[in-house]
Amino acid sequence: MPITLKLNGQPRAWSGDPDQPLLWFIRDDAGLVGTKFGCGIGSCGACTVHVDGAAQRSCVTPMAAVDGKSVTTIEGIGKDGALHPVQQAWLDEDVAQCGYCQPGQIMAAIDFLQQNPSPDEAAIRASINNLCRCGTYVRIARAIQRAARSGAKA
Amino acid sequence: MTAAIDRRSFFRLSAVAGSLVLAVPRQALAVIAGPVEDGAAIGLFVRIRPDGRVIIRTPSTEIGQGTSTAIPMIIAEELDVAWDKVTVGMMTGQMREGMEGPLPPGIFYEGAGGSNAVRRSYAPAREVGATIRQLLLAEASAVLGLPLDRLATSEGQVFDRQQPRRRVDYGKLAAGAAVRPLPKGPPPLKSPDQFRIIGTPQPQKEARAVITGQPLYGIDQSMPGMLHAVCLRPEVVDAQIATVDDKAALAVPGVRAVIRLPAIAPGALYDNSPLGAAVAVVAESHWAALKGRDALKVTWTEPALREDSAAMVEAGYARLTGAGAVPVGAAGDAGAAFARAAKVVEARYDAPMVAHATLEPQNTIALVTAERCEIVTPTQRPSLCATTAKAITGLPLDRIKITAVRSGGGFGRRLSADQVAEAVLIAKAMPGVPVKLLWTRECDITTDVYRNGSAQRLRAGLDASGRIVAWQHDVATQARRYRRSDDQSDKGLSEGEVPVFDAPGALVADRAYRYAPIFSAVARGSWRAPGANIHGWTEQCFVDELAEAAGADPFDFRLAMLTGDAVLGNDRDRYSVKRLARVIAELKTRSGWQGRRVGKGGAGSKGRGMAAHFSFGSYVGHVVDVTMGEGGAFSVDRVVSVIDCGLVINPNGVTMQNEGAINDALNTALSLEITLKDGVVQQRNFDSYEMMRMDRAALRIETHILPSDEAPSGMGEPSLPPFAPALCNALYAATGKRIRRLPIRDQLA
Ligand code: FES
Ligand code: FES
Repeated sequence: MPITLKLNGQPRAWSGDPDQPLLWFIRDDAGLVGTKFGCGIGSCGACTVHVDGAAQRSCVTPMAAVDGKSVTTIEGIGKDGALHPVQQAWLDEDVAQCGYCQPGQIMAAIDFLQQNPSPDEAAIRASINNLCRCGTYVRIARAIQRAARSGAKA
Repeated sequence: MTAAIDRRSFFRLSAVAGSLVLAVPRQALAVIAGPVEDGAAIGLFVRIRPDGRVIIRTPSTEIGQGTSTAIPMIIAEELDVAWDKVTVGMMTGQMREGMEGPLPPGIFYEGAGGSNAVRRSYAPAREVGATIRQLLLAEASAVLGLPLDRLATSEGQVFDRQQPRRRVDYGKLAAGAAVRPLPKGPPPLKSPDQFRIIGTPQPQKEARAVITGQPLYGIDQSMPGMLHAVCLRPEVVDAQIATVDDKAALAVPGVRAVIRLPAIAPGALYDNSPLGAAVAVVAESHWAALKGRDALKVTWTEPALREDSAAMVEAGYARLTGAGAVPVGAAGDAGAAFARAAKVVEARYDAPMVAHATLEPQNTIALVTAERCEIVTPTQRPSLCATTAKAITGLPLDRIKITAVRSGGGFGRRLSADQVAEAVLIAKAMPGVPVKLLWTRECDITTDVYRNGSAQRLRAGLDASGRIVAWQHDVATQARRYRRSDDQSDKGLSEGEVPVFDAPGALVADRAYRYAPIFSAVARGSWRAPGANIHGWTEQCFVDELAEAAGADPFDFRLAMLTGDAVLGNDRDRYSVKRLARVIAELKTRSGWQGRRVGKGGAGSKGRGMAAHFSFGSYVGHVVDVTMGEGGAFSVDRVVSVIDCGLVINPNGVTMQNEGAINDALNTALSLEITLKDGVVQQRNFDSYEMMRMDRAALRIETHILPSDEAPSGMGEPSLPPFAPALCNALYAATGKRIRRLPIRDQLA
């Protein structure tokens, strides 16, 4: 029985190794490379996607675990070519340096804001634990607050 | 100011390109009159589309330091186009013998390193923009039938000075301009008061592509028919392959080949980085390659040495303080000055090796056939990738194509091409098949070219008035150049390893410096602000100790030393004592410094510390505020930074680099180190190599950039060296405990 899932709204079937992490399905099989590989052990968050709307680290999520689920990647969060409000906040604060962590940061922030629509800095610090090697934390925190002010929801 | 230009290399370039031999500035543009259908290319740098949009390409690779925005800003300024009409890209082109990427050497800084891209590209970038503007003016003169002196430019248009409504868009002139002969002599440049783009805060041009997940990075690239490779390495550094049983690996679905890769000795193939032995598994997907790797049965030989890094450091320090130290610089008579001093202060400081841990792990796509080699890679040094591929394939450079793409972090890691060598070796074993080599995080951390660690002894003699009158700085280190365990000399000690030019030591008449090697089998390389990233810490912490011993305020103590107009440094990095003093004086004012107070430690205790350092062309000082928490934890509440980086191209870029470098330095000082036990690197992934997250980050950073007419200098590195000492000095103020060994970890518990 192939594994079936929705990827950014499109139905997909997978009949390969059910142990393969979702990350490599997204990158190598579906060809969506906005979701990044950083560690492979669920630590850095570069591979963060939404599974049924909740942020999840796709490098430690086997394909078997997303059977019947709906997966959203950074490529799937904007509507009709427009940016998601959290992406817009990232642009307005000019967050990215190398930028490699940022798709994962944005996916984590969207989920966080759904649960904490008006967070203070302490809540952001305590909840967002994605790694940014370039140290853009100053602006990540600012962008999340800006998105909250603009009433960003998913 | 005009770029230093080597005429002969331009002419050679032009002959190779099969173009007409043109005047000098045109060659600086690297002549390729491009196809007109997508707008006219005017040299390799600029393409102007009929609709007026402008694409500016630069040879400096983007690693997150912002030069893909800053350098096009310089070109766009002199070209006189509207910045919002500009898109940016990486210059690609054919590698040739004696060239730096597609350009002759010495014109533009190719790649990314040493905070060089902006400072070495400023003058030639202006000339490129200004020359193309001259060509557009000449074309407009012909089209409008008006003399040149009646024409002027503004925001991508040429207009008639007498009837300003008579205007022509650059887009309509570009095709004609591209084939015009060059104006003679250097083009006129704007005066700084005419700048409309330079000096304005601009967001990064590629930000939108980044946050929408576009395929920008090396790891995102692919070639048709591409296979995926991963490597199995020995746990013990320097072990060689003994036996390989690949039956089970080859039986894994999707696995296509298993390739033995013997170790490469330093200097054997390229540069002088070594590369350890590995067994590569090539498969149809990255996941299949990983499964194949897990099914391999490999035995390894026992190396001559199983390194214990802590013991090596102690042996090196014993050598340094015993008979084995090598003098590397002295002035006056330090011995006599110490004998005369009223007070002598001495301290040992230790910093560990650290890894780069770029968030995008090392990767390269390589294709090798009998006729050609193609490489796609995130690199800081495209031409080193080309010479590496040449050494492995035996192909001439004009058969080797390097596509350098955006890097998910560099920090000096991608100045080495060991990962490119490995990819080309694998691809060479599979002729005609493109292979993407991707290092796992474990592979990336254990196969790095680490920042060298260091054990240092600093001594200073103070006279009765508290002035430094004797200075001695002894440095034991694994040394940055990639030496192996058997090399005991100081040969290859690179400049900056022992900081003979740093203030305040270099301002003391009687001074001495010594060096001793720490042996290590692991490779070392450049890590953000090489040399300065440790010396800035040791010197600026030690100066804080001296100020205290002298009973002086840390600002006043420094400023008393930094008087006069002395210029220190070497040809590459000259620094003025005056500019450093200005940064320190401004820092004192802007931080609202009110003198040093030493707290008792314990939760709630607060401390302030400062440090200032020159490195890689720029002057940076920080004041750091900390509050102690429970169990030796602390928070960084506020950082005030003052920066002199000469004329500022993009203030927003400078601020970003300051914020990033501060958090990089905080992360590194807090918890990072690479250690070896029994020949095995102890840190393997982000569980054992603890990268800081937002919970401990410095979020309140005030960046003050001082106005300056001096030549621009880079900011990729200089904010990093003064942060760790400002932090440690603040922690001392909060707790009364000196941090003389990094990382800090639980030393304050
Ligand atoms: S790659 Fe998944 S958490 Fe790091
Ligand atoms: S921007 Fe480089 S890792 Fe976050």
